[in-house]
Amino acid sequence: MLQYRLWQRVLIIGAVVVAALFAVPNFFSKEEVAAWPGFAPKSRIALGLDLQGGSYLLLGVDTDKVITDRLTNLRQEIQRQMRPQGSRTRVALEALPALDAATDSITLRVRDAADVEEAAKRVRDLTRGGGLIGAGVRPYDVIVEGNRITVTMHPEARRAYGQEALADSIEVVRRRIDPAGNKEVLIQAQGEDRIVVQAPGDNDPEALKQIINRTGQLSFHRVDTSVSPSEAQAGVLPPGRMVTPIAETEGGGLLVLFEEAEVTGDMVESASAGVNDDGGGFQINFSFDQRGARRFADYTREHVGELFAIVLDGEVISYPRIQTPITGGSGRITGNFAPDEAQRIATLIRSGALPAPLTTLDQRSVGPGLGADSVRAGAEASLIALGLVIAFMLLTYGRFGFYATLALLANLVLIFGVLSILGSTLTLPGIAGIVLTIGMAVDANVLIFERIREELANGKTPISATEIGFSKAFSAIADSNITTLIAAWIMLMLGAGPVRGFALTLAVGVVTSVFSAIVITRLIAGSYLLAKRPKTITL
Amino acid sequence: MKLLKLIPDKTAIPFTKYRWHALVITLVAFFASLFAIFIAPGLNYGVDFRGGITLELTDRQPVDIPAVRNAISALGVEATVQQFGAPEKVKIVTGIVAAEEGEDADAAQQIVVGRIEQAMRDTLGSDVVFDRREVVSPTVSGELVQRGIWAVVLASAGMMAYIWFRYQLQWGAGAVLGVVHDTVITIGLVALFQFSFDLNVIAAILTVIGYSVNDTVVVYDRIRENLRKYKKMDLAELIDLSLNETLTRTVVTGGTSILALAALVLFGGEVLRGFCFAIMFGIIVGTYSSLFVAAPFLLLTGVKRDWAKVKVGETAKA
Repeated sequence: MLQYRLWQRVLIIGAVVVAALFAVPNFFSKEEVAAWPGFAPKSRIALGLDLQGGSYLLLGVDTDKVITDRLTNLRQEIQRQMRPQGSRTRVALEALPALDAATDSITLRVRDAADVEEAAKRVRDLTRGGGLIGAGVRPYDVIVEGNRITVTMHPEARRAYGQEALADSIEVVRRRIDPAGNKEVLIQAQGEDRIVVQAPGDNDPEALKQIINRTGQLSFHRVDTSVSPSEAQAGVLPPGRMVTPIAETEGGGLLVLFEEAEVTGDMVESASAGVNDDGGGFQINFSFDQRGARRFADYTREHVGELFAIVLDGEVISYPRIQTPITGGSGRITGNFAPDEAQRIATLIRSGALPAPLTTLDQRSVGPGLGADSVRAGAEASLIALGLVIAFMLLTYGRFGFYATLALLANLVLIFGVLSILGSTLTLPGIAGIVLTIGMAVDANVLIFERIREELANGKTPISATEIGFSKAFSAIADSNITTLIAAWIMLMLGAGPVRGFALTLAVGVVTSVFSAIVITRLIAGSYLLAKRPKTITL
Repeated sequence: MKLLKLIPDKTAIPFTKYRWHALVITLVAFFASLFAIFIAPGLNYGVDFRGGITLELTDRQPVDIPAVRNAISALGVEATVQQFGAPEKVKIVTGIVAAEEGEDADAAQQIVVGRIEQAMRDTLGSDVVFDRREVVSPTVSGELVQRGIWAVVLASAGMMAYIWFRYQLQWGAGAVLGVVHDTVITIGLVALFQFSFDLNVIAAILTVIGYSVNDTVVVYDRIRENLRKYKKMDLAELIDLSLNETLTRTVVTGGTSILALAALVLFGGEVLRGFCFAIMFGIIVGTYSSLFVAAPFLLLTGVKRDWAKVKVGETAKA
């Protein structure tokens, strides 16, 4: 079957031409491509971080802490519900409710058997407030046994809360790294408690980590000047107070603060860095939402002349004296900030607090210089490999080697076209995958050509030898390439970043090389044989 | 035009006759590799599997390596410091850094890399450029090891299943025996040359497995075809015939693949060298295993002789 119908020829050549068209945008800059008319293909092969330089961070979200925080809050709430208030009577417990983090449960023992029913009712009312999780499942199960009431978080709820924390963390990270939403940063979830951040070009992962890893918990506290920090540390800390370190920029040292926050960071609506109004240094301007503004106004009205402290992640960043009531709903933090620190704190405040601390589990970054070197070396090596393989094929198979070369070039065009259409990412191992494909792509051709040689040796005419060669080589070509595809597929499933890039180019290369060897070589070789009908062929 | 002939048209190398010699070579290479991997010199684990920190930096002038070493040991961190490529370039490698009191082991790596970078700026000046940072926590390195092992196991199982489906169980077993052989010896060579054993090497091994099975399948395909053609021929003779018939293809494809890889090894830059070396070695090893492990294995187990009713492309039933 060396004859092709016209439509088959059109389809085959068309495929290569289309692939070539799709490969074209890779040879122009992004700006030039953007200016092209709408119908032109614009999708490009992105360069991986190892080629263009950039940072990759894998962050772990401590979902266990989120769950424990929830349970701790619930325990406090349960305790509160057992106290008398208005018409509500007191329910006496044998001990404080016990929290068991291993089973996600809270256990309380009611002292008086007559109160058990009432206590259970209050707990049920409380835990129902959380709404439903998924298909009609309540977030907590309440079980009463004798005088013991056990509240257990449903596993579904645990999963849902974990997912919520992950989604919230991703949002916070996005707002911190890319506040304007105009950077090419990729932030996505991985598994149940991981976040992947890929920031091309940004070659300072330390700065990136600094802004990501801070929890960003902001709060405004009353300062207790009746106790000195040293006394407090010596053990005379009154209840409801805490000793908090002061930032180095503010002179260091310690302050005694009221534990309960007057206003918290979630009531801050906006924050920005600016030049200090009083000259010198930088400050952070912020404004509260309605609730925060009212609370802050009330507080500053009642405490004129006192110190108050602004605490960020457990550190006092500023502790000004309240001169006049602040009723406008906005204020400024006038610490001794360097410009970038002011900027960073403003971003932190604006982005809100993380639901749980993040741990950096894996960090990889490549400088742009090294990336550019890799691109150059990879391109050079590819061209040399291509040259060597072409020379080898020409020397070994002559005219048919030339056909195989044409098929190989068509194969490369197809690979670049497909990778562009997929908008995939080319990594350094990906380049190696392409080079390896160049070497292995000729395999199908070699199998076919060797078959043709054998058939010629058996005395077949060139045309029938070629026909038989193509058809007999097919099963070996199919089987052998499917096994390579299996390996590539496993790599795509299990591999990390760069390895997946390699697997992708290998897989695409295997498919296109089989196409180019079986279909394109046959088209070219067949056209020659049918047109010239040579008596003998050498290969 | 006179064409290059690497292999004469008709060869009659009695491959199976050498199978016992080959077995000795195979076993020696196999156990030598196990020795290289587990005893000496041992695998040079890369940061992916070992965890810890790898830092590559470039300065304007040649780097004073003893000063770098002192600055790092002043931090209480154990690290190897080497010149890397050029005198202006240095590579700093640490294992998992021990966490301090109250510190999380995963977080400790991150804290230490920050300290090392600061120390380098203090020692070498602020214009030092960090070309590459890799900081892998113990949690992740453990997972990567697991994933790597799974990848190799699943790939082998997948290919064996495919060959079983297309041929017979013992053919699949023969191919997998070849795969085990190739994997162990390739890792052995990586250990011997002290290339960094990392995720890239796992990718290299998977590629080698793919190539080796590819090679084996071409040979098997020809053996099956000849089983149909010569119903009475002695199996050893038939395997020899098939190996000889496909020998040119084996050499030419192996040759072009190695040519392409050699270009990468020589001109592809430092980063990929170990990776490409591993694939290149693996292809040689994989070619050997198709000829001397996977094919002779069929002699040992015997094969179904009557393939007459099975058409090309149909499933073979054992």
